[in-house]
Amino acid sequence: MAKFVGQRLAYLLPVLLAVSLLTFLIASLLPGDLAYTILGDQATPEKLAALRAQMGLDLPIWQRYGLWLWDVLHGDLGRSFRTGETVVNAVLDRLPVSLELMVLAELIGLAIGIPLAILCAVKSGSATDRFLTGLAFGNLSLPSFLVAILLIFLFAVQLNWLPATGWVPFGEDPLVNLRSFVLPALTLAFAEWPALMRVLRSDMIATLQEDYIAMARAKGLRPARILLVHALKPSSLTLVTVTGINIGRLIGGAVIVESIFALPGIGRLLVGAIQARDFIILQGVVLFVATGFVLVNFIVDMLYAVLDPRIRHGRA
Amino acid sequence: MSGVVSGAVSAPLLSVEGVAVELPTPRGRLRAVDKVDLALAPGRTLGIVGESGCGKTMLSRAILQLLPKRARLEGRVMFGGRDLATLDPESLRRLRGPELAVVFQDPMTSLNPVLTIGTQIIETLQAHLGMDATTAFKRGTELLAAVGIPAPGQRMRQYPHQLSGGMRQRVAIAIALSCEPKLLVADEPTTALDVTVQAQILDLLAREQQRRHMAMILITHDLGVVAGRTDEVAVMYAGRIVERAPTPALFARMRMPYTEALLAAIPKLDSAPHTALPAIPGRPPDPTRPLPGCSFAPRCRYADELCGRAKPALEDPDDAGAPYACWHPISGARTSWSASSP
Repeated sequence: MAKFVGQRLAYLLPVLLAVSLLTFLIASLLPGDLAYTILGDQATPEKLAALRAQMGLDLPIWQRYGLWLWDVLHGDLGRSFRTGETVVNAVLDRLPVSLELMVLAELIGLAIGIPLAILCAVKSGSATDRFLTGLAFGNLSLPSFLVAILLIFLFAVQLNWLPATGWVPFGEDPLVNLRSFVLPALTLAFAEWPALMRVLRSDMIATLQEDYIAMARAKGLRPARILLVHALKPSSLTLVTVTGINIGRLIGGAVIVESIFALPGIGRLLVGAIQARDFIILQGVVLFVATGFVLVNFIVDMLYAVLDPRIRHGRA
Repeated sequence: MSGVVSGAVSAPLLSVEGVAVELPTPRGRLRAVDKVDLALAPGRTLGIVGESGCGKTMLSRAILQLLPKRARLEGRVMFGGRDLATLDPESLRRLRGPELAVVFQDPMTSLNPVLTIGTQIIETLQAHLGMDATTAFKRGTELLAAVGIPAPGQRMRQYPHQLSGGMRQRVAIAIALSCEPKLLVADEPTTALDVTVQAQILDLLAREQQRRHMAMILITHDLGVVAGRTDEVAVMYAGRIVERAPTPALFARMRMPYTEALLAAIPKLDSAPHTALPAIPGRPPDPTRPLPGCSFAPRCRYADELCGRAKPALEDPDDAGAPYACWHPISGARTSWSASSP
């Protein structure tokens, strides 16, 4: 197991290096001169040249990358030239919101997807299975802004059960905080559960054909144990992968949902940075999000090993 | 184990009555098992022999009630006086383990790859014998030791892929025996194993069968496997039983040309070098297109016009306790069956 973890960690370094290089290149190659953006169209050529020299923009690109990477490795991702806020602070400020939204959405998605997948796999080919599979497909094709508006209309406007906006920090009032997350998390979960259900359903149907399931039945085990212990665990590798990809995606915030429900998450930070042409923030957030994605995938790899001893022992 | 030809008159533990299994296929209904009758008394052993595709595995699945969902079962599977086919799932679950157990063909696929050996034994003990975890672990270790697994305490914590095929089949046997079943169905238990361990596994099964006075059905394609290890043999061909006899009687005087051909197909040490093995010519009939006459007729050297026209019933005209289904049974001593004849 230690060897397996070490191996995966060794893969991680070059990937992260490539991520940093790509992030830097994308931000550098964007059209527009950073010094010009900062100083505005009233700037004199002398002032522009001075700022370029101060920011190192006149250096060759590989040298600028080296300097930037050096700073990044020391925890300095720069600061916004508009607000003066450091990138690290800006991200850390918004991160809890996006993380809370992501965790709640995944939990709801899994809570709906897993039981329905098991039900469909057990009754595969039945009317129940066909109905639920069709429902999942229909759900998958609903865009999240539409789901959000429908949920707001139903639960906030008509029934008045839940707020559509009004986020407060968790530390200030946990209950109000959680209530404000219900509708956005549900909106995201609506897009999550169909995919989770469909991959688990098809893997589970395949697993239920295995000899070891016939053996488990021949041993006289209870149906619940056969499904939840013998069938679910070996069927969940794809489920874990898809969940990991979703989590990785949501680390970057859910732009549309955060905007509709006025949640101050990473997604809105990113959109704001693009609109204000705030390259430093943009570059920092992209690096952060990409690194988060890579780390989540590393965790998914570790989970494979936890789920399947053959991977743990390097045999598969 | 052999010796007693008839006599055992105790009520049968298992009686299979007119069992047929049909599977839907794109080419029509496949009749995998066609009206099979069998009976097995407590503590006795029955060998079911036939080529691949003859329906022996489907018959065993029908006995165990482990048929595929879409399969259709006809007839009755009476076990301990109850028809397993009509039993509710919970009652059937309670029978599996303490009454009825199975060893599958391939131990590479019959053990769950993501659960430890220990878990897979312990869960069976806990499901039926109500043992607590500590007792069940201790009992599981003893069971592994009893089937000849070295360092059983260590094996309990390992996963199936860490064991060899022979060891895995021993684990599967230990699991099957864990709740002291009255009937063990062993479906080609050695086919997937190395030749060197086949005999060990068969001997282990025979020893445990005798020690526990457990009834056993041994399914195989190899007449040599059932020879010294069963009380009775049933030969299957194209979904039907074509000959059934007490084991010694069968080997002394087989009546059905198919049985004879099966025996001839076993390689022998005393045959001259470089002689071709007398394989059975042709292939078994397409089970979705049943023949009007004897299913073996197209491959049989004794077949005539009658064989192609009418299906012989499984009958015992000599009252020898050895019924066969053939219009032209082999009489007298064993003849050597030649594969080259048309």
